[in-house]
Amino acid sequence: MTSFFLKRLALIIPALAGVSLLTFALVHLIPGDPITIMVGIRGLTPERHAEMLHQLGLDKPLWQQFLMYDWNALHGDLGRSIFTRQPVMTEFLQRFPATVELSLAAIVFAIVIGLPAGVLAAVKRGSWIDHTVMTASLTGYSMPIFWWALLLILLFSVQLGWTPVSGRLSAEYWITPHTGFMLIDTLRENDFDAFENALWHLILPAIVLGTIPLAVIARMTRSSMLEVLGDDYVRTARAKGAAPWRVILVHALRNALIPVVTVTGLQVGMLLTGAILTETIFSWPGIGQWMVQAINQRDYPVIQGGILLIACAIILVNFLVDLTYGLIDPRIRHPR
Amino acid sequence: MPSDPQNELSLDSASDAGEAHAFAHVRHQPPHPLVEVWRDFRESKGALAGLAVSVALVLIAIFAPWVAPHSPIDQDQSAFLQPPAWLPGGSWTDPLGTDAVGRDLLSRLIFGARLSLFVGLLVVTLSLAVGVVLGLLSGFYRGWIDSVIMRLVDIMMAIPSLLLAIAIVAILGPSLVNAIIAIAIVNIPFYIRLTRASVVAESAKDYVMASRVAGAGHLRLMFSTLLPNCTAPLIVQATLGFSSAILDAAALGFLGLGAQPPTPEWGTMLADSMQFVQSAWWVVTFPGLAILITVLAFNLMGDGLRDALDPKLKR
Repeated sequence: MTSFFLKRLALIIPALAGVSLLTFALVHLIPGDPITIMVGIRGLTPERHAEMLHQLGLDKPLWQQFLMYDWNALHGDLGRSIFTRQPVMTEFLQRFPATVELSLAAIVFAIVIGLPAGVLAAVKRGSWIDHTVMTASLTGYSMPIFWWALLLILLFSVQLGWTPVSGRLSAEYWITPHTGFMLIDTLRENDFDAFENALWHLILPAIVLGTIPLAVIARMTRSSMLEVLGDDYVRTARAKGAAPWRVILVHALRNALIPVVTVTGLQVGMLLTGAILTETIFSWPGIGQWMVQAINQRDYPVIQGGILLIACAIILVNFLVDLTYGLIDPRIRHPR
Repeated sequence: MPSDPQNELSLDSASDAGEAHAFAHVRHQPPHPLVEVWRDFRESKGALAGLAVSVALVLIAIFAPWVAPHSPIDQDQSAFLQPPAWLPGGSWTDPLGTDAVGRDLLSRLIFGARLSLFVGLLVVTLSLAVGVVLGLLSGFYRGWIDSVIMRLVDIMMAIPSLLLAIAIVAILGPSLVNAIIAIAIVNIPFYIRLTRASVVAESAKDYVMASRVAGAGHLRLMFSTLLPNCTAPLIVQATLGFSSAILDAAALGFLGLGAQPPTPEWGTMLADSMQFVQSAWWVVTFPGLAILITVLAFNLMGDGLRDALDPKLKR
C-alpha cells in the first residue's frame, strides 16, 4: 500500500507544476500593461511604473518570474484582488467551504437517488422501470442546468413558495462563521431554526448541481451491474441458495462499484464547473460566483489564483479517488 | 453400430448441396460496413428519434429565413412580453409570444438553432482536426513526443472544461467567436486520448506492419493506413462533443461570456430574460427547452452510434 501511495503521489507533482505553468501563462498572454493587469493601477509616471515593475519582479526574465510565482504560490501568496485588495488566498478560503457544502449536498443527492435507480434498472432490465430510469438519466445528462435551476425556482420558490430563491441563510439569522459550513455552524450555536433555514436554502441548489452527476451515476451503475450480474460467481451465489437481494446487494454491487467510484470521482470537476452556474443563479457565496465576478471585473489575480486553486483541489480529489480504488479492489493495490 | 464412411460422406455432400441451394438467393458478399452500422443503429428507437429530431433541426437551421415568421431582431413596440398564442392576450402572429422588447420568440429560437448548430459544427471540426493530428503523432512516434503531449492532456483535463473555457474567454474577451475557440481548445484532449489509444492498439497489427514493409512513409502510415481504422470511437465522440459544445456555448452565453445581445443565442436569451422569471414564464421556458431538445437529440444519436459501432457490444 505504501509504494502504491507513493507512486500515485509522484504522479500529481508534474500535474501541479503544469497547472501552475498554465495559470502563469494565462495572465502573460493577456495583451496590455502588466501593472494595470496585476495591480489595477493606471496612469503612472514612467519612473514610478519602472519602479513598480521592479518591485513586483515583472522586469525579470520569464523563467525567473515563473519560479517566483510558484515559490509564492507554495507559500500561499497568490497576490491581491484588484478590487477588494484582499489576498486571493484569504478570499478563496472564506468562500471555499460554501462551495464544498453545496457540492457535498449535491453528490449525496446524486448517490442516494442514482445508485438505487441504477441497480433497480439493471435488475429489472428491459422493464418500464429500466426505460424510465434510462430516459430520465439521459434527459438529466442533457440538461442545461442553468435553465433547470430557473424552472425549479419558478415552481418551488415562486409558485409554491416552499424554498427561498437565493443565498445561504435568511437575513434575520446571524451566524458567526467558524467552519464556514452553514449547517455545522448553525448546529454549533444550537440555533435549530437557523439550521432548518440553511437546509431549505441548500435543497434547490443541491438538486440542480446534483442532476448531471445523478444521471451519470445511474447510467454507470446500471451498465456496471449488468456486466457483473452475468458473471459466473453471481450464478454460483444464486445456485448455492443465497437470497436474491443478498446476491444483488452483497455479491454483485460490491464489484460493480469500482467503475461507479471512478465516475463519481470524475464528477468533482463537473461539480465545480456546475457550481459556477448554480452559484451565479442562486447567489450562493462560493468560489463559482467569485470567479464569475472576477471575470466580469477583469480581476486577473483572482482569476489566476482561483483557477490554480480549483485545479489543485480537483487533482487532490482525483488522488484520493485513486487511493479509494486501492482500498476497494486489491487487484489495483497489488498489480501483477 | 459400424458406420459406412462412404455413406456418411455422401450424406454430408448431399446436405452441403442442399444448403447451397437453400442459400442460393443470398449474396455471398458481406454487407457494406455502413449498411451494417445502419442496421444496428435503427434497432434503437431512441437513436432513431434523435436522428429525426437532429435532421429536423438542421433543416430548420438551414431554412431559418423562410421558416421563421418574423425577423429575430425586429422589435414590435406594441407587444412587449406578449404571452403565447394559446393563452389569453396572445395572438397567432407571435405563436410563442414576444420578449421584453417585443421580438418574436419563435423566430429568435429558429435563428438560434442556426447559431447553436453552427457552434457545434465548428467546435467539433476544430477540436477533431487538432486532436486527431496530435493523437496520431503521440500514438505513432511514442517516446518524448508522446510524453509531452500526454502530460499536456493530463493538465488540461485537471481543469474543469467550463472553467478553462471561461479563462480563455477572459483573455480573448467575450464574443461568440472567442467562445467557440475556447470550447474547441477545451475539447481537444478528448480527441487526442481517443486517437492515441486506437493508434497504439492498431499499430501492433499485421496490416500496419505489412504497409510498413511495403515501404509506406510515415505520413501515409498515419493518415491512410491507421486513421481510417480509428474512426469509430471518434465518430461517437464527435456526436457527443457536438451536444456538449452546444451546452457549453449556451452556458457561456448565459454567463455573458459568449454571444452578445441582440444575437439570438439560446443561452444569451435565457440570461436576458432571467429577471422575468416571475412575470413571463415563456421567455425563460422556451429557450431552455430548445437547448434541452437539441442536446438530447444529439446525445440519443451518439448513444445509438456507440452501440452500433462498438464491436464489444455487437451480438
